[in-house]
Amino acid sequence: MNSSQMMALMPILMLSLTAVVLMIQASIKRDQNVAWWITAAGFLLTIWGAGYARDFTQSVTILLDVDDWGLFFSTLIVFASLVSLILSRESFSREGERKEEYYLLLVLSVLGAVILIQSSHMASLLLGMELMGVALYAMIAFPEKGELPLEAAIKYLVLSACASAMLLFGFALVYAATGDLTYAGIGAEVDVAYGREPLVLVAGSAMILAGLGFKLSVVPFHMWTPDVYQGAPTPVTAFLATVSKGAVFVALSRFYLEAELYQYDTLIAALSVVAVTSMLAGNWLALRQNNIKRLLAYSSIAHFGYLLVALIAISIAQSIAQAQLISDAVTFYLTAYILTTLAAFAVVAQLSGEDDGKSMIGAYDGLFWRHPVQALGLTVALLSFAGIPLTAGFIGKFYLINVAIESQLWFLLVALVLGSAIGIYYYLRFIFAMSKTSATIVKTQPKAAFSGQDVVSIVLLTLVLALGSWPQPFIEFAGRL
Amino acid sequence: MLMVNLILILLVGGVLAMLSERLGETMPRKVALAVVLVDIVYLLSQLSAMPQLTQLQAPVPDDPSTWLMHFKAQWIPAFGINIEFALDGISLLMVMLTLVLGAIAVSSSWTDVTTKQGFFEANLLWTLAGVLGVFMALDLFLFFLFWEVMLIPMYFMIAIWGHENRGYAAMKFFIFTQASGLLMLVATLALVAVNQNATGVWSFSYFDLLHTSMSGQTAHWLMLGFFVAFVVKLPGFPFHTWLPDAHTQAPTAGSVILAGILLKTGAYGLIRFAVPLFPQAALDFSFVAMLLGVAGVVYGAVLAFAQTDFKRLVAYSSVSHMGFVLLGVYAWNELALQGAVMQMVAHGFSTAALFMIAGSLQERLHTRDMREMGGLWQQMPRMGAVAMFFVVASLGLPGLGNFVAEFLVLLGLFQANPWMTAVAALGLITGAIYSLILMQRSFQGEPNARYDSHRLVDFAGREMFTMTVMMVALVALGLYPQPVLDMAQPVLQSLLELTSAGVTP
Repeated sequence: MNSSQMMALMPILMLSLTAVVLMIQASIKRDQNVAWWITAAGFLLTIWGAGYARDFTQSVTILLDVDDWGLFFSTLIVFASLVSLILSRESFSREGERKEEYYLLLVLSVLGAVILIQSSHMASLLLGMELMGVALYAMIAFPEKGELPLEAAIKYLVLSACASAMLLFGFALVYAATGDLTYAGIGAEVDVAYGREPLVLVAGSAMILAGLGFKLSVVPFHMWTPDVYQGAPTPVTAFLATVSKGAVFVALSRFYLEAELYQYDTLIAALSVVAVTSMLAGNWLALRQNNIKRLLAYSSIAHFGYLLVALIAISIAQSIAQAQLISDAVTFYLTAYILTTLAAFAVVAQLSGEDDGKSMIGAYDGLFWRHPVQALGLTVALLSFAGIPLTAGFIGKFYLINVAIESQLWFLLVALVLGSAIGIYYYLRFIFAMSKTSATIVKTQPKAAFSGQDVVSIVLLTLVLALGSWPQPFIEFAGRL
Repeated sequence: MLMVNLILILLVGGVLAMLSERLGETMPRKVALAVVLVDIVYLLSQLSAMPQLTQLQAPVPDDPSTWLMHFKAQWIPAFGINIEFALDGISLLMVMLTLVLGAIAVSSSWTDVTTKQGFFEANLLWTLAGVLGVFMALDLFLFFLFWEVMLIPMYFMIAIWGHENRGYAAMKFFIFTQASGLLMLVATLALVAVNQNATGVWSFSYFDLLHTSMSGQTAHWLMLGFFVAFVVKLPGFPFHTWLPDAHTQAPTAGSVILAGILLKTGAYGLIRFAVPLFPQAALDFSFVAMLLGVAGVVYGAVLAFAQTDFKRLVAYSSVSHMGFVLLGVYAWNELALQGAVMQMVAHGFSTAALFMIAGSLQERLHTRDMREMGGLWQQMPRMGAVAMFFVVASLGLPGLGNFVAEFLVLLGLFQANPWMTAVAALGLITGAIYSLILMQRSFQGEPNARYDSHRLVDFAGREMFTMTVMMVALVALGLYPQPVLDMAQPVLQSLLELTSAGVTP
């Protein structure tokens, strides 16, 4: 490995460095405040590192492939972790216990996510996913009090283990058919191998997709989502919803493209079924949710259903222009989803904290009059999820509909439109609750003072609106990735 | 820049109105009124400086330079999306109607809204801004944006300041329009994709998309996407069910805006987009559309007759009247189109006034149930007389605007389909029935004993003034409709030429 390759690994190195510093700090003097600042500084350094590495994009060994696309998502994911870190400061310092381990786990989990994003080999895929996942189990169960976090962690642990087993079995089958573990190698062998052992290859890649699909919580691998979202501490839920899901989706698209999985009709058919059921079931199940964390869980199922449409479209892309449109669509939608989710959870974290009762819809009654900044933040986030113009979510949906039309995926398009139409209802329910003016709500609860977390909300809100109302700079940027 | 400024004044004015609440409880409505008046004065001052207004030329639909005004600025060049506004006679009519009714709506909220006045007036102004955008945007992406965005302040107006069942009504209103809007978005994108495949260029501009050639079947489906979105908003049978709920539950100013202006965006969309973009498909579909129109006319009238709720009755009468607009548009000849445009203006005034009367009654009696009214004329003669005027206007009394409109529609429709005309003419009779029932149950007959004990306050200066404005407008439209017809005529004529070129007989 030469120095230029080391430079390309800058984000990974920075995160590892942060983890080491955190451990040393803990051995000298345990202080959660210092640990927090070290982590924050580490994340900022990583963001800088990702920018720095852009001049050195290349394959680093056969395990990692550092490219602009991966670096962009690494940056985005570290940014999401930073937001989650800021949110957790408030809720953890409230409990007044020593929580330095939490920051270490957070850094390790992000490290896993960044490796996952840049993986080009099944070994690094698995390594990244496990590093991210194992740290996450502990983060979910971190508040020792209460049954919900524990239940959530165990549910996630057991089902994750099954998913990893599936993934490994899939790897084995694909390796048996192609004799290669790198994505590109599999892609090169696919034609020959498909002629020889189609069943093994399709079964293998289907199991890999199932393993990744579990982490993305698409139907039918979605059962754990609402419970884990609800049980985990809110900053961790935000982390799970953005960093974990985002990284897995990037890894999935990379694997799917480079290993040329889109060539198998059976897989495409299966993916289509998964996409349609995710879009419809996710939205349908969210309809009656009164707990905002559960609601966001179901809505995330639907959103990954929408995203799958883009992956399916690749299988029928005929020109480079079309393929470019599709990859832009994925970049934009995923970015919009991550920012919007962060904006939503920033509000939920501040209002609900770790009290499950405060996640219910009743706790949001009249929020506009009590806490306008937070109410505005959540409203914009929900409108963005619903795909109302001037928000990032709308441009994302605009892209996906465009992709579906260009690829003539009418069936998926119908599901997308239907799902979006259903979705409006449950997003609006919360907006309606927030706008209630009944005298008891408005008078009994005092207006909240402006706090530091409002700044986070305002920043995210601005990003979501800016991306939605003036998307041109970002579109150009995404086009160059 | 005029068109952009018109919208910006309202947007900024909304923020000002919201902030002005800190200066005093009653400040927001004064600021809001001032903002709308400034907008009107600004528009008029700019128009008077335009020489071409005195002798309107027929604008060539696909050449923006022949329009009254045109504004274009880049927005998202990656998809060929521009901020493109243009104004012709019809949009100018609609813009003026919007601003006048906007001022009237502010006036109707004067005493009606008591909580969070600043936010209320802000929402009202933002809705107006969205509607102006719809009437002027000629980039399909921008049009869609205004189409959707104007819903949000309207949603808040119903959801926060509405009556007892506001949550349900606001939700239904939003879902109906949003879901149908999604269909329009899909149709728009598909149209753009067809155009892009043919020309290799992304463009959302109306002027570029007018001559997109596509197969008959594609055109049919895309036309349906637009049609459904516009007919839901209109509302046409069978997509009208959101309307009675939304109108009934909305606060008075909300009902005025909904009935007076928002419904017209649907009609405007049909005339501007649904037919000219897909002339052949629209022609093939016209029979079904007219059938829906006739059904709306008759069904709306029958349902209106059966209502006991004052506002609900007026709401259903809107369904009936908007049926005439649908008929006029799909008869697609000059007379019928003139009638449709006329109906948009006249119905805007007459229904807005009736909703204001309903609002005033509710404010005084705390009910909208006509079974608890009766004989109100004795206590409130001025309100009774005003109500009588607008009721007869609404039933189509000759000499008032609504009569001209419906008569023109029927005249034009007769050339297209005599049988349909015969059935639609029933709407005039049923209209008379439900209108007079409304008058009899509320203002005439035995006075309800409940209101003997306390005096009901009659219309005062402010209310009489707004009502007079609308009465004058309706009388003027009825006796001398020529200015309005002149303004719309060149546009309609060029639209007719455009579509006849795109249709194989």
